[in-house]
Amino acid sequence: MATITMKPFKTPELFLECSNISPDVFAGKSPSEISKLEVREGKIRNELGDFFEVTGTSGTTAEDTDIVIEGDCSRVKYIGMKMTAGSITLNGNADMYVGGWMKGGSIHVKGNVDSFCGIAMEGGEIQVDGDAQNYVGCAYRGDWRGMRGGTIHIHGSAGNDIGTFMLGGTIIIEKNAFIHVSTHAEGGTVIIKGDVQGRVGGQMVKGDIYVLGDVTYMLPGFKEIGQVDKTIAGQDITFRHFIGDLGERHPKKKGQEIYGNLFLRASSPSGIPQ
Amino acid sequence: MPKLITQVGCPYCGAACDDLEILVSDDGKKILETRNACVIGSEIFHHATSSNRLTRPRLRQPDGSFKETTYEEAIDYTAKALLHAKKPLIYGFGSTNCEGMSAVGRVSEKAGAVLDNCASICHGPSFLAIFDNGYPSCTLGEIKNRADVVVFWGCNPMHAHPRHTSRYSIFPRGFFTNRGQKHRTVICVDPRETDTAKLADHHLMVKQGHDYDLFDAFRTVLRGHDIPKEVAGIEKARILEAAEKMKNARFVMIFFGMGCTHTDGRNHNVDIAISLTRDLNDQTKASIMAMRGHYNIAGPGQVWSWQFGFPYCIDLSKGTHAHMNPGETSSVDLAMRDEVDCFVNVGTDAGAHFPIEAVKHLKNHPFITVDPNINMASEISDLHIPVRIVGVEEPGVVYRMDNVPIQFKKVIDGPEGVPSDEELFDRVYLRMCELTQTEPIWIHEKTHVPTTTSQVD
Repeated sequence: MATITMKPFKTPELFLECSNISPDVFAGKSPSEISKLEVREGKIRNELGDFFEVTGTSGTTAEDTDIVIEGDCSRVKYIGMKMTAGSITLNGNADMYVGGWMKGGSIHVKGNVDSFCGIAMEGGEIQVDGDAQNYVGCAYRGDWRGMRGGTIHIHGSAGNDIGTFMLGGTIIIEKNAFIHVSTHAEGGTVIIKGDVQGRVGGQMVKGDIYVLGDVTYMLPGFKEIGQVDKTIAGQDITFRHFIGDLGERHPKKKGQEIYGNLFLRASSPSGIPQ
Repeated sequence: MPKLITQVGCPYCGAACDDLEILVSDDGKKILETRNACVIGSEIFHHATSSNRLTRPRLRQPDGSFKETTYEEAIDYTAKALLHAKKPLIYGFGSTNCEGMSAVGRVSEKAGAVLDNCASICHGPSFLAIFDNGYPSCTLGEIKNRADVVVFWGCNPMHAHPRHTSRYSIFPRGFFTNRGQKHRTVICVDPRETDTAKLADHHLMVKQGHDYDLFDAFRTVLRGHDIPKEVAGIEKARILEAAEKMKNARFVMIFFGMGCTHTDGRNHNVDIAISLTRDLNDQTKASIMAMRGHYNIAGPGQVWSWQFGFPYCIDLSKGTHAHMNPGETSSVDLAMRDEVDCFVNVGTDAGAHFPIEAVKHLKNHPFITVDPNINMASEISDLHIPVRIVGVEEPGVVYRMDNVPIQFKKVIDGPEGVPSDEELFDRVYLRMCELTQTEPIWIHEKTHVPTTTSQVD
């Protein structure tokens, strides 16, 4: 494995659009070639080398290229966009679209990320040690095909619109989320280990949601059908099993309607009557 | 002899009334009387000839005061500011015609700007819901003639669209609704007892911010499932009653406003409202419409969708393609994140409507206002360029809230030497071409109406 190290030395005045920071683009290029890759600050075309000091060597393919960014990228968008293999490790925060449209490989952000992390993701893995803003693993505006595969693991909290139009893959939020989880989902799994305010599974057709904390406001379209024991993140937990959204259309399989599943930890201090 | 001009369009709210009659003085310079207009619309016409109207641009001086300047200088300043900026933001257009919006589209492309309209802080979330879920809508005429159950969800037309209820939604006698108000059941969903709610047969006082839950309850009921005893602060029995009314209607019309688009969930509230409309169409006929605010705020959605493929929040800074993603390319987000370095406010008042923090960020960079009137944005601007008032001094095409285009008239002459939005921005575009030594690529051969010629028919 070959590693390219990037050290940010200049903060852009506006925001940098760096869709080129990806093992797929870096593979087979020397640091000086990488430094010459285009980045955009509004309508101004800059080079990556204007903002980052690039050292190390890249692999011949994306698969054997690791990128390490040593520093803060709070004003850098599109890190790891459309990457298919290899890895990116960011020792700091990142702005929007981390791992957007990603197909493979892994991204580890050791700080926080802004919105649209893992938008329309198809595969691979994103780890965020801090918090994420809104739209984790969501679909692009107007697209009914959201996240299709891969894993997003947020170790902090996330905002609203998690897994909108999700079709597959897994999203794990270690702490709390705000509203709208798996809205319009037709597959995939979302696990929220903290609390959610509400609107969990609105307009959901299929898919699974696990909430280990509390749901403050439950949607009226979800009906409790019993209790189940499941093993989530190595823990054996008893969940209350809800199906829904009963207000939404649902496909039939062998004459049976398929619903979305919401598993709410039985021992959580939810205000929802048992 | 004073002249009565009939079938005049009203440049106020999204209902864009086109039945106004304006009595104009002999010389075509003064408005004597307005007929059929609501009090706000009437005021707009009378305001045009008020004595404190600005007729020359004002440029901020180093000492902080405003000094009158020429249009040439103002155009040069705007062109240079737009070219110099890395990512300018051009925002507004609630109150101008489609011709002006199209001209600004040309300028924005040249400037690599982000082009956004008032929908961004208004019905933008409705657009997002429409992208996701479609828009089973109709025209206001159909509502007048067919709707027998009218739902006002998070909107208050009695105040925001004063003639909406009398022209289209509650009172008028239509072809299939010949008993007018008696023929219609009005359902209002609003956390407050608004004047529209007072008119309604059923007022569901939804718990603030829980519209989505209530929509979900309606959908669940319509599919024959049970719901909890109380949803969003409303008893089950009342939800069932309202759902029954909708189910048994011949034509259900759902109007929604800021109560849906600017409470938690935003686009999702509209999204599920659209889903509810679709569900209702399994049982009867139903349609849905956004209560658009300004008389031509549906215009930029039409014009720019044609020019760039997107209705709002259009980032043209890439130069090769347009990018749209509200949350990133929406005006308030751009301002709050300090992502733009020049701001042009056209035909609206960002100073009054944006969060103060956003305005503070924008104020760190050149701030230009193009508006006939003095408003909060004009007073904090570096440059304020007055233009003619569309619908009063300038004709043009406007799109009503149901996306029906209406040709607006001009009733009086504008102040001498004051250009229209279209003319101003065409001149900015030409100046930008001059400064960059490029050929204007948009072929535009329209000769602008000289500012002094009367066009009254």
